[in-house]
This record gives sequence, structure tokens and C-alpha cells, in this order.
Amino acid sequence: MDLGGINPAVLVASLMVASVPIMLAAIGELVVEKAGVLNLGVEGMMIMGAVCGFATAVETGSPFLGFIGGALGAMALSFVFAVLTQFLQANQVATGLALTLFGLGLSSLMGQGYVGIKPPLTDVVPFGPLADLPVVGRILFDHDPMVYLSIAVIAVVWAVLKFSRMGLILRAVGENHDAAHALGYKVTRIRVLAIMFGGAMAGLGGAYLSLVRVPQWTDGITAGAGWIALAIVVFASWKPWRVLIGAYLFGGISVLQLNLQAAGARIPVEYLSMSPYLITILVLVIMSSGKGRSAMNAPAALGQNFHASR
Amino acid sequence: MLVLEKRPSPSRFWQYATPVLAVVLTMLAGGLLFAALGKDPFVAIRTIFWDPLFGEFAFYLRGQLLVKAGPLILIAVGLSLGFRAGIWNIGAEGQYIMGAIFGAGVGLAVFPTESRWIFPVMIVAGAFGGWLWSMIPAILKTRFNTNEILVSLMLVYVAQTILSKAATGFLRNPQGMGFPGSRNFSTYPAARNVELIAGSGMHWGVVAAFIAVIAAYVLLQRHMLGFQIKLAGQAPRAARFAGVQPTRLVVMCMGISGALAGLAGIFEVSGPAGQISIDFASGYGFTAIIVAFLGRLNPLGILLAGLVMALTYVGGEMASTNLGLPSAAIQAFQGMLLFFLLAVDLLSNYRIRLMTGRAA
Repeated sequence: MDLGGINPAVLVASLMVASVPIMLAAIGELVVEKAGVLNLGVEGMMIMGAVCGFATAVETGSPFLGFIGGALGAMALSFVFAVLTQFLQANQVATGLALTLFGLGLSSLMGQGYVGIKPPLTDVVPFGPLADLPVVGRILFDHDPMVYLSIAVIAVVWAVLKFSRMGLILRAVGENHDAAHALGYKVTRIRVLAIMFGGAMAGLGGAYLSLVRVPQWTDGITAGAGWIALAIVVFASWKPWRVLIGAYLFGGISVLQLNLQAAGARIPVEYLSMSPYLITILVLVIMSSGKGRSAMNAPAALGQNFHASR
Repeated sequence: MLVLEKRPSPSRFWQYATPVLAVVLTMLAGGLLFAALGKDPFVAIRTIFWDPLFGEFAFYLRGQLLVKAGPLILIAVGLSLGFRAGIWNIGAEGQYIMGAIFGAGVGLAVFPTESRWIFPVMIVAGAFGGWLWSMIPAILKTRFNTNEILVSLMLVYVAQTILSKAATGFLRNPQGMGFPGSRNFSTYPAARNVELIAGSGMHWGVVAAFIAVIAAYVLLQRHMLGFQIKLAGQAPRAARFAGVQPTRLVVMCMGISGALAGLAGIFEVSGPAGQISIDFASGYGFTAIIVAFLGRLNPLGILLAGLVMALTYVGGEMASTNLGLPSAAIQAFQGMLLFFLLAVDLLSNYRIRLMTGRAA
């Protein structure tokens, strides 16, 4: 089963690995946006997660602690965003940009001692004989825990948003914060928690980049993954399972273009490496045109600050 | 308990005071950061903010100040128009790159001409390149309602790929022995962006930046488009009733900011940078976002803010050679400035009251 030197089973398996960072970051951002907050700092939080996760994993020798460290590092940065936008009423777009600019600078500062080091290896979940099944084993039962965790997070977020009271309150806050406030829900507190969840998820995604996907620390390691995650939320029309589809789509494109580069396809390397960004634009255009179907599904209070006058 | 009370209209005093306060707070926090890196914070802050102006090598560094401030001001003035109207062009970095490639491409295509028209033509081509690159998000926004933030940002990555293709491929110096990078404009007198007053750092890009500041000031104060920009930003609904066409506003704001970023690119490549190279993009397009906010989206404010930000670049380079301060520290420092700016902006829009007892 070889298509021009590319084995489909390996391709699908590596696609699943490649999409983990953007999937985690996008599902985190989906929750944030469902709460009515537009955090454009995903790129900055991801790269903070990447450097914090890498540093923690190298210092402790444990990839597990590395992921925790990455999540905490990015969460700390997202807390700055929460304080600025929720308590100090700063513009969300500008604060998100600040988060990205600051995160890129701080991460390259923190990562200076870690260039060229190999991180400890993240083990594959042992499924025993299942992993030896032809094709299916390679695709489904031969991954590290984060691949399964990312899918589990999507399922949990979907279930919480759809079936739980907590999800209902979160959506209410995102649709109409004044009404939610009048009903006695703590708008600011809920939003701060949502922002920090988004930060933790972006951090996990970033840590996955530096610990598994690449795996080493280089400046600007995220290379726009955070922005693609933001685009995936739009692509998904704010629906959790579509985030999974979107992330696999983009993971697929980036894996495919790398494979084509390696296989020596006749398309110039430059066009291949710009393809994920061009396809992001194309997807955004398709999703946002057509009577604004996805725009109609956007949380109504998205990007608006809330200030309780009384 | 502290309570925020919205002011009926923004405080005039704090509008002027907040940028200064933000710079002071950033110095304090930056000092802590530098101390954490094991450098003497007082020496570091002095090296960044004082020495370029009044230190030993100030005669040279003062010139560098204008070289750095020129592109920052040029780009930031353009961005501020859109930011005022709620149109977020954050892809100025890409437009800057495309301006440089278009302009330099035109210049290099007719190498080695001695016509005096070539430099003006390159400038126009540069502005056109930036404008063209900004029209992509603008048209997608107006035709398909696509988010201009994401599209303009994605195009930065595309532009960077084109840049590396230009440096290693279609604009590579044919006599460069296969090394990446175009011909150097310093060996191409007719197309060169010369230093107008020796040692001052004053080149045509700086002149253009000053013109842009004045033009933007007049536009905002005296022109219908300026009024519409301000109206659309402050009261979008009222703007619609007043007959402001959102489509036209998006195209104008994106176009102006793209063209100015393209101008900054061509002036940089034909002057201080000298050639198209892989690492030509230096992040001016992103730093200009901070400059625009530091200048409170006001053209005259941006002029000052650009100079302050240029100071952190020049001083930061000094600090990295003299004190071994990592250059990434300066980037973090600049990011911090934007945080503090946004935080203290609270003071101009809200009053902080101390409430005693329970709120009624």
C-alpha cells in the first residue's frame, strides 16, 4: 500500500500526532469564545507552554511533569490576559496581540539554555498485541497518551457544553452577559476560569510541540500554530467535534506537505510550506461566506467587555 | 472595596499621562526582569534609555534612532487609522516584506541603470506591493466577511516564504557566488536610499514618516474620511446612519496601512538593510502595533512613541553588546510595555472609587 513512497497508514498515524497541538489549543479557545471572550493570544500561550514544558521535562526528566509545567506556564500568561480584560477592561483584541508579542519574547529568553537539547522521550501507551494489528494497530493503538487525551478533551467539552448545567451557564455568559449577570451568575469569575482553561489547553498543545512533535526547543517553534487554532474555531462554527475534523484536516495538510517535500515532489518546497496558511485563508473564506452561517453561530457577546455598573 | 466607575467621557489628563506612566512601569518591571537575569537593573535601564541619547557613543547612536524610528512610525501611522475604526490589520509585517520585494524587484530588474527616475519608481512599486498584499484581507473581508485579523496574519507567513524564495531564488545576486541575498543597493547609486544629512540617520524613509504623520493628522482633523474613521470606531451604529460605507472604510484603511508598510519596506531594503536577505524581516510590522498603541492612535503621539520604541531597539543592542543582555529580553520588554499601556488605560476611562460598607 504505497502511494508514491507514502504509506497511508503511517500518514494517518502521523496526521493524528501532527494535529494534537492545534486541536488542544483550538478546543481551549472554543471554550473561551463560548464564554464570550476573544483571546487572540493563543500563539503566545502555546509558545510559553512549549518552553515551560520543555524546561520542566528536561530538568525533571519526566515528560508527564513537562506537560503539567507547560500547562501551568501558559495558564499563568492567560491569567494576565484575564486580569487585563476582565478586571482592567482592556480591549480584548489588543491584549491578545500583546500576549502573543510578549510570549514570543519571553519564551525565546527562557529557552536560551535549552537550544539543542533532546527532551526525555514520551512513551507510547502499551496496548500490547493490539498495536500489532495490520493498519488499524498502527493508526489507533500506537500513540502516546496525549493523542488520546486530546480526543478525550473534545468529548468532555462537547458533553459539558451540551448536557451540563455548567455548560449552559457558560453559554449564557457568552451569549448575553447582562442577562446572565441579572440571573445572578458571576460573569467575570466564569470568564476568568474559561480563559485559564483555554490557557492550560494551549500550553498542553505547545508542550506537545516541543516534547513530541519536533522534539526540541527552537525560537518561534509554534510558527503560527496558535493562529491556525483560532481559525479552526471559526471553521468549526464553535462546535467541539468539528474542531476535531478541522484539526485533522490541518494536521493532514502539514503532514502531507512534509511528506511531499521528503518524497521530492515536483512542486517547489516554498509553495508546499506556505500551503497550510493559504488553506487556512481559503477555509476561512468558505466558512464565513454563504449567508454568514458560521457568523450566526458565533457567541453573541464575543469580544465585548463586561462591566457591572451595580 | 475598590470599585470602578465609568467616566462620562475619557479623562483628558490621563490620556496624556497613561503612556508616560506605562513607560515608567515598564522600566520598573523591566528592571526586575534584568535583575532576574543577573544584570544590574540600573545600569541596564541607563544603557537602554540614557546612553543612546547622552552617552559616550551618542553621536553615532542618535543617528541610529531615526533609522529605527522611521519604519516604525510609517507603519504605525497607517495601522492607527484602521485600529481607530475597528479594522485590525495585524499583517503589516507581511506588507512590509512585500513592499521591499516589489520595490527591490523593480530596481534590480533594470540593474545597472543610471536613470534618476528609478528610485521614485521603486518607491511607487514598494507602496504598490504593500497595498496589494493588504488588499487580500480587505477584499476577503468586504466580499466574504472573512476575519481580517486571521487573514492578514496568515499572509505574514506566506510573505516570509516568498521572501526566502526571493533571497535564494528569483532576486538572488547573480554575482553572489551562490550565496543567498540580492545585489546590495549600496553598490547601485541610482537606486540607493541615501543618508540625506551625514551622521543623522535621516533618509528618505524618515522624511516619508514625517510626511505621513502630518498627512494623517490633517486627515483625522480636517477630512471627511478622518471623521468617518473616528465615527465608525466610537459609534458604529451612528456611523451607519450617517452614511458611512463600511466597505469603503475597510478598503481605505487597509489600503493606506498596507501602502505605508510597503513604503517602509522599500526604504529599508534600499537604505539601512541594503539588500533582500532571508533575515530581512525584523519584526517592525509587529512592533509598530505597540507603537500605535503607545502613541494612543494619534499621529503626533505615534511620532513620539516611535522615537521611544527606537530607543529601546538602539539601547537594547547596546545592552546586548556591552552587558550581554539577550536580545530576546528587549522583545519581552517591548511586549511588557503594551501590557502596561493597556492596563493603565483603565485610568482614562474609569474612576477608581473606594467604597465603604456594602454597595446599595
